[in-house]
Amino acid sequence: MKEEINEAPEAHENDSSFDSSKKRKVVVPGEIIVCGEDFLPGEGTRREGENIVANKFGLAEEQGRVIKLISIFGAFVPRRGNVVIGRVTDITHAGWLVDIDSATSGFLPIEESPRFINRNEMDQYLAIGDVISAKIWSVKSRGIDLTLKGKGLGKLENGFIFNIIPSRVPRVIGREGSMVNLIKERTGCNITVGQNGWIWIRGSSIDEEIKARKAIELVSEKVHLGGLTELVENWFEKNE
Amino acid sequence: MTSKRPDGRKNDELRPIKAEVGIIPNADGSALFAFGDTLAIAAVYGPKKLHPQHMQNPATGILRCNYALLSFSVSERIRPGPNRRAKEISKVTEWALAPALDLKAFPNTVVDIEIYILQADAGTRTAGINAASMALAHAGIPMKDLVCSLAAGKNDKELILDLTKTEEDYEEGEGATDFAFAKLANHDEFTLLQMDGKIQPESFIELKKMSIAACDEIYEAQKSALKKVVENNGTENNKK
Repeated sequence: MKEEINEAPEAHENDSSFDSSKKRKVVVPGEIIVCGEDFLPGEGTRREGENIVANKFGLAEEQGRVIKLISIFGAFVPRRGNVVIGRVTDITHAGWLVDIDSATSGFLPIEESPRFINRNEMDQYLAIGDVISAKIWSVKSRGIDLTLKGKGLGKLENGFIFNIIPSRVPRVIGREGSMVNLIKERTGCNITVGQNGWIWIRGSSIDEEIKARKAIELVSEKVHLGGLTELVENWFEKNE
Repeated sequence: MTSKRPDGRKNDELRPIKAEVGIIPNADGSALFAFGDTLAIAAVYGPKKLHPQHMQNPATGILRCNYALLSFSVSERIRPGPNRRAKEISKVTEWALAPALDLKAFPNTVVDIEIYILQADAGTRTAGINAASMALAHAGIPMKDLVCSLAAGKNDKELILDLTKTEEDYEEGEGATDFAFAKLANHDEFTLLQMDGKIQPESFIELKKMSIAACDEIYEAQKSALKKVVENNGTENNKK
């Protein structure tokens, strides 16, 4: 049931830029990426006179005329539409508080569960400590609202969770989910990737689960390289 | 000209610099910076929710620094915990780094920096600022530029850079002057200026020129340490 690939639309955008043919380099804040009026500053960059300058530490890429900068370290910044994996930390009269490993915790209102829940028996549906995959419904200054209405969302049972650096999630998912689908095919595991860097894996055997985890960690470590799909294919050949 | 300095350095020569990024796996960003025997580490956490609530700023995130000399960092044990000097340095460090940061994307949050001096031989605040600037970049926080910091000064009439404790305690002639500053690496903007002792206006201008030239060496060390962390490590993850 949870075979859905959980990725936000921007994951595709990010990843389409990861063609191995594209020029990519590591830049530090304040460093000049390119010089010339022909280029346009994209995400994470700014114009300073003739130059396009980096606004943070990460990988800079040319996409036609636009220069984009993608972080490879750092904390998760929640956005609307992100699917995240979190843990229930408290039950209130109106819903559940969920720790999603970001600046503010998420709130899941009782109305946002896919079926009717009796207010007196909320802990029978989700108890404190349960792990869920949920979608971010809204991000406001007072907090983050979550929903469980959607394919592949809900309580995660069995299997295990682990985390990677959140800014590397788009590459783990791959374009149109290509990377995570490859890992699913090769290991036969169910995998849910949260945009907050938490990943849930459930397979038929613990060996398969560990293999999937290792493959994901490989992708996360080699995030700055091109041709990752090949690299992972080769890794699977070697570890068959 | 032969050097008059106790360790045989030229007047405009810095002590050997050591810079490393990603030394604390639990932090969102971390770095080590050393001027000779002065050794500082910095860890960045956040952006995360700010408590107490009355300190929250709905327009922007805020920066909070904590600087501490560890009790074994000096030859005579110092009492651990905040004292007048540590509080002052925490505050000036915060002011030295804040102009480089842009936290408008993270309202109501805080970025915490912890700076610890493992070994002190003068110039601890400057080593701390250099480490903190690298750690902030490592945490993927939007920044205008890296911050470079250096202590310059004067022994009698000799203008010198990067004073050691022995040089700071020099008493002959005009005595010692210690001038700590921080600047944005690629801009002529100073974010910290502090001075102990006396200096003639002409000498000050000369000293400023010497210091700005020496900042390049610090900047290069910071830059190469940040770039190295991408190539060597990616394993620095798995926070929990």
